[in-house]
Amino acid sequence: MKKVKADPKGVLAGAHYLDGDFALAEGALAAGCRFFAGYPITPSTETAERFSERIPFVGGVFIQMEDELASMAALIGASWAGKKAMSVTSGPGFSLMMENIGLACMMETPLVIANVQRGGPSTGLPTLTGQQDMMQVRWGSHGDYEIIALSPDSPQECFNLTIDAFNLSETYRVPTFVMTDECVGHMNEKVVIPPAEEIELVERKWYEGPKDKYLPYKPDKDLVPFMIKAGDGYRFHTTGLTHDERGYPVINAECQNVCVSHLVDKIKKNADKIIRYEEDEIDGAEIVVVSYGITSRVTTRAVMQARKAGIKVGTLRLIVVWPFPEKRIKELAKKIKAFVVPEINYGQIVYEVERCAFGQAPAIHVPHCGGWVHNPDDIFKAIKEAAR
Amino acid sequence: MKAEERFEVKNPMEGFLRMDRIPHIWCPGCGIGVVVTSFADALRKSKMDLDKVCVVSGIGCTGRVAGYIKLDSFHSTHGRAIPFATGLKMGNPELKVVVFSGDGDIVGIGGNHFIHAARRNMDILVICVNNFNYAMTGGQVAATTPVMANASTAPYGNFEYPFNLPYLAEASGATYVARWTALHLRRVTMSIQEAMAKRGFSFIEVITPCVTLYARRNRLGDGLNLMKYYYEKSEIQHGADTRTLDISYQGKLIVGKFVDKEKPNFLDCMNVHLGKVLGEKYKPYGVKP
Repeated sequence: MKKVKADPKGVLAGAHYLDGDFALAEGALAAGCRFFAGYPITPSTETAERFSERIPFVGGVFIQMEDELASMAALIGASWAGKKAMSVTSGPGFSLMMENIGLACMMETPLVIANVQRGGPSTGLPTLTGQQDMMQVRWGSHGDYEIIALSPDSPQECFNLTIDAFNLSETYRVPTFVMTDECVGHMNEKVVIPPAEEIELVERKWYEGPKDKYLPYKPDKDLVPFMIKAGDGYRFHTTGLTHDERGYPVINAECQNVCVSHLVDKIKKNADKIIRYEEDEIDGAEIVVVSYGITSRVTTRAVMQARKAGIKVGTLRLIVVWPFPEKRIKELAKKIKAFVVPEINYGQIVYEVERCAFGQAPAIHVPHCGGWVHNPDDIFKAIKEAAR
Repeated sequence: MKAEERFEVKNPMEGFLRMDRIPHIWCPGCGIGVVVTSFADALRKSKMDLDKVCVVSGIGCTGRVAGYIKLDSFHSTHGRAIPFATGLKMGNPELKVVVFSGDGDIVGIGGNHFIHAARRNMDILVICVNNFNYAMTGGQVAATTPVMANASTAPYGNFEYPFNLPYLAEASGATYVARWTALHLRRVTMSIQEAMAKRGFSFIEVITPCVTLYARRNRLGDGLNLMKYYYEKSEIQHGADTRTLDISYQGKLIVGKFVDKEKPNFLDCMNVHLGKVLGEKYKPYGVKP
């Protein structure tokens, strides 16, 4: 992967007091995103507002589309035109995006979508928090595919992880998601934006061989095919249909097997390079609290209480949620008494922990329907129960 | 020269088609191929840099066009060819982007995108092949099916008002609007040439026979019978009031060029407006210095 330094035009270097939504926009600009298509939706709109305000001075396009179906389609088009492209949304808009998220996966198109989650289902709680789209991001579009999803727990991480999301997306030619939530999105904190020369970006894996030999879907050694852009004279074809290495549709089980397993394998077999989590006091822990996003910050207090009460608690905070750290959970399950998994939903990532624990340790869920973060006491109570 | 080379007859459109994908999937008597031929002919005559021309299709019979045209071509999702094209065009304004898709795709499921791209005067050409039904899925009723026509999901005849596409395009802001039938081959070619040279949202509707489904279900005969219908019932009225262009079942077909005007496109508006408001701090986007 070719690494380049960020373009200083997009980098607002310095220390700022920003909310998470603004930090998403600044992260995108720093990462070289020059195309944003979106549709207003609470609580994510501020990102679109910030981008539309900043982009004229950076050089690029902001376009407010007629809906999220169109936004997603436009991102794919812009990405094939050679731009780094992004959109931001929340639950109801995310549902509409699913159609073309599938197309982006099938066409192996790099792009980034941030979901500032709110409580659902349906219109649910437009202004209040939730973490209820964590499975939707993984499975929401029809068919088998893999994506990458990150979960920031602060405005600073909204900035950092948006850059990482672009880098991962370009590296693996896959839609990559920043799954934040209303709390982080609307939380104001210090965000330090480093100077451009300290921001390392991954350049798209451009093809450089002879034009007539180019195959848009021939996997390279790392399983990721080389990419070109429209207008460069390759006269290539790409489709949402099951296709061969030329990008031509082939409608049979053999080609489906090659095409779909490629989409899955290029992420699965590179998962160890993608997965990121943060652990604290994990050695010798009896209980491990697995959390992500805003819930990991609420967990901190509960863990302090538990440690004070003499319980050996470790924490594992998912930074990359998908692909899931299957091996690590499996390893920990052999050593500990139980996992405690608080999340602002009625059970999503907890099932993944349970699956990876293979019955070696129970995964105790601390549910919350959304609208507010957990009361730390509820998490503390679950830790106490688990340790008993 | 070898004997077999001397007598080899090449398709004159070969350079514009993905010959490794021929034969195509369209039925005998289908009119989509006619429109593709006109398009290829227009490209040949236009002398444009074909490396910069892209085709975007949606889903359906006409949606397969992107797969046969030898340009940078994108076969996108159902109804989303226009927003896909919007992203492509805005991602690189140097590109000439053509959306080539069917009536169900463009004004059925994709109707909202159609009116918004026209409203913005997005610099793309939309070629809409109108065969009055959803053919790929087996002849279901569409937003363009004439009243009384039979379709597989209107087995007792259609009773919904259909869209008048040129009127919809003009009302939404298109700068070029034409309608032809598959019979008007040379005129389709001319229209595509004209529209390719425009710098705004251009729309060409081409009425084509669907022999396998629409014609058979309505007992209208074969492709030749439909061509006869176009011959007898079409009337060229350039500049006709688009409000008068409704199509009734086997009724008169008013064809021609209805709108051809200039107005700043999306990119012009963005650059001029932001330049005015922000002054020298704003560097126009997508304009070569």
